[in-house]
Amino acid sequence: MPAHDVLIIGAGLAGQRAALAAARAGATVAIMSKVHPVRSHSNAAAGGINAALNPDDSWESHAFDTVKGSDYLGDQDAIEIMCREAPNEVLWLEHAGVTFHRNAEGKLGTRAFGGASAARTYYIADITGQALLHVLYEQMMKHHEQIDRYEEWFITGLLQDDAGNCTGAVARNIRDGSMEIFAAKSTILASGGAGQCFKPTTNALICTGDGIAQAFRIGAPLMDMEMIQYHPTTLAGNGILITEGARGEGAHLYNAKGERFMEKYAPNKMELASRDVVSRAEQTEINEGRGFPDGTVALDITKVPRKRTLEALREIVNIGRDFAGVDITREPIHIRPGCHYIMGGVKSDVWGATPITGLYAAGEVACVSVHGGNRLGANSLLDTLIFGRRAGEHAAERAGHMTMPTPSRAALNDQAREIEQIMQRSGGRRVSEIRDELGTMMNEKVAVFRDEQGLTEAHEVVRRLKEEAKTATIDDRGTVFNQDVLGALELGYMLDVAECIVVAALERKESRGAQFRTDYPKRNDEEWLKHIDLSRNGDDVPKVSYSPVTITKWEPQERVY
Amino acid sequence: MPEYTLRIRRYSPESGEAAHFEDFNIELDGHRSVLDGILQAKDRQDGSIGIRCSCRAAICGSCGVRINGKPNLACHTHLDKAYETAVDGVIVVEPMGNMPVLKDLIVDMDSVHWKKIHRVTPWLLPEGEPPEREYIVPPESMIDITQTMACIQCGACVSDCLSMEVDPLFIGPAALAKAYRFVGDPRDGQHAERLRDLAEDEHGIYDCTHCFNCIEACPKGVAPMSQIMRLRRIAGSDHGIDDRNNGHRHEMAFVKNIEKNGLLHEADLLPDSYGGKFHPRAVPELVSSLPVILRALQRGKVTPGKALLHPHKAPKEVKRIFRDIHDREERYELNLYVVGEEDEPESGESVAQADAAGGHLPAERSPNQ
Repeated sequence: MPAHDVLIIGAGLAGQRAALAAARAGATVAIMSKVHPVRSHSNAAAGGINAALNPDDSWESHAFDTVKGSDYLGDQDAIEIMCREAPNEVLWLEHAGVTFHRNAEGKLGTRAFGGASAARTYYIADITGQALLHVLYEQMMKHHEQIDRYEEWFITGLLQDDAGNCTGAVARNIRDGSMEIFAAKSTILASGGAGQCFKPTTNALICTGDGIAQAFRIGAPLMDMEMIQYHPTTLAGNGILITEGARGEGAHLYNAKGERFMEKYAPNKMELASRDVVSRAEQTEINEGRGFPDGTVALDITKVPRKRTLEALREIVNIGRDFAGVDITREPIHIRPGCHYIMGGVKSDVWGATPITGLYAAGEVACVSVHGGNRLGANSLLDTLIFGRRAGEHAAERAGHMTMPTPSRAALNDQAREIEQIMQRSGGRRVSEIRDELGTMMNEKVAVFRDEQGLTEAHEVVRRLKEEAKTATIDDRGTVFNQDVLGALELGYMLDVAECIVVAALERKESRGAQFRTDYPKRNDEEWLKHIDLSRNGDDVPKVSYSPVTITKWEPQERVY
Repeated sequence: MPEYTLRIRRYSPESGEAAHFEDFNIELDGHRSVLDGILQAKDRQDGSIGIRCSCRAAICGSCGVRINGKPNLACHTHLDKAYETAVDGVIVVEPMGNMPVLKDLIVDMDSVHWKKIHRVTPWLLPEGEPPEREYIVPPESMIDITQTMACIQCGACVSDCLSMEVDPLFIGPAALAKAYRFVGDPRDGQHAERLRDLAEDEHGIYDCTHCFNCIEACPKGVAPMSQIMRLRRIAGSDHGIDDRNNGHRHEMAFVKNIEKNGLLHEADLLPDSYGGKFHPRAVPELVSSLPVILRALQRGKVTPGKALLHPHKAPKEVKRIFRDIHDREERYELNLYVVGEEDEPESGESVAQADAAGGHLPAERSPNQ
């Protein structure tokens, strides 16, 4: 049985940063992912990473922008930590080898981003996430003696001892189907978001909410689950992302009548208002018949000098050409709001610790909550790195004071039996069918605009799909790279997560951040300036409770851009 | 909705069956990707089809395959484009080459690709302690190495590397492009050591045969072969590192020869490539070339008179070209292709730019063109 001080599940930016921090603190570390680390979805974060590093900028300004962006649902103690520590984190990355864009003097250069009062986004062309991910992986290769990498291993469940402490995980080696128990003093979930609950989505196929559901299943509460960010600029049909960097560089939005409609919705910040604001504006234009026939509006990047576009937005020039057949330097591209990010997740504190002793969460899987009702662009990379590092440090520190747990093999046997049983099923619906129905339905009823009726229907559908999933069938009965059986397990995770999203969205009877209820169109601080927490309640509907929002120095104000 | 036929190469190590092809009919618009097609077949017909995939947007590098014999990302190839190159209207999808197949379209990248990446010490080795703030470096140098940072480690270049086919130990295009990411990085303090290491390894930078397959294959415009050529030029010109194949000296001899004679004077080329007629290194080479020289004499290709007293002298125009080049201060080594042009480039202009960026190389595949 492999045993490590710190076991990290997920190897995107949060996981890799946690691994490097834990190893540096002297812990033995295992990092595990269902894909090779450089395939992780952190790749997709194109635009950049925020930090108040310029002498004329301040962390307070960054923190206020984040608080305001969150529609005052973010916990301000956590936001302060993130924004204070951001400059040093960016410098750490630079020293580790990240090829950040430089200004003419050879110093780090910035670009503007949505919802920010200063240009404080550091970037590498428009492959920032990819460049960070690959440089962290360079560092993981460098520290290969301290960090054991388990690449292409799939977690089937977290382990708990009799006292309820997390003691590691059970995993299946995707290459040969073998199962193994991984004992760990501390376990860090860094397995990313759950965008695949929606279809289309900007999220990769691997973003199936595994960690959120795994934590939920062993009793960890989830928080802010109703807060799903719709990104303002995604391609219709396949949901591929056009970075906010485009608007940061000066691109404009137009409706089908050629009106620059953001003038009506955010006269000051225009296209660079918060994402929830811009997405709602677009959806309103489309719903009121001022969109294009394919249900889109236009993003016009020809406003940006061509040279600049080719230098700084290289990747979306490619995306426009390859995935929409459009030369974005010459003509506008049709876009629409698309599911992009889940602000909610496993409730965790400023060290990543969850209420389950020994279990940590960092990155998109977690909810600290620094994003509250709406995440600012270029704050997600920052979140993964700051809280990944903090979780790694804290988990290693904790491991230093305890003995290695010795989990029993019972859980492994149960989970092996469950997999065996999935492979034996016949006669049910195909897993892929249920998954498609779920995603399409969520994108219809739990999207930019929501109401009681739609959400109630959504909940009924999710409950039905949960039943159907119990008998859903697959084709592959093999052991080597049986992606089919993993798809069935992922479907189970997605359904758990989807139910929590719907239940929380039904619960919050106000409009705040990404949650817009047409039946409760106003923000209601008196009743709803609080987090919604959900915990597992057997097979029944998740149990709802509330927790207060931490406010340090920024009292809620009206939010205008 | 148009229909396409995908002919997928199937292999399952557990089945006991040999690898074989299986056809799947799918219904999708032509602008959708081959990956979308495979996923439709997987969803609707056979969930056991094995393919790694994640982002669907050509950034995660998971879905490298061969489509109609050419390596690419399945998500980066439109069905209608694939159909154009399909024989008999059937789109053939196979696993990448040069790596062992694990199942269907999934290859073992660890035992080949990642092992080679490890070989080039793929992490920054700065000299001394880092500065208090950021390293101050020329902005162009960061743009330059960002081209190699654009590599998504998909393995498409490894799949079709001809040198690796012959010499499986060749470090290969992806890993050498990764090496350039450090050699081109002004913050790295081990440029000379890295270059010496890669030059002295007989499977290193001089093992590339310049076949352009990797440039063709790369879906991200990394142009691995150009990076290998840059490594060679920096090794030879800046660090005086010997070229194992003598190619660098041969190139220099060629240039000198033309500068002097205007036309190639072959009798001087061989000895000059080894340091001149009287250089000790040239003697064994000249001796071993004697049969060729004799045959050339026999057939009248060379005459002793011409060989010793080459009559041709470089005309003024040739001298001027050489003077022009020598007078240029900058050596155009950077990957300038990520620097956009001001506006619509005339075709001549863009060739000139690619030329400047890649020296004698032809235009690299670039998203700007």
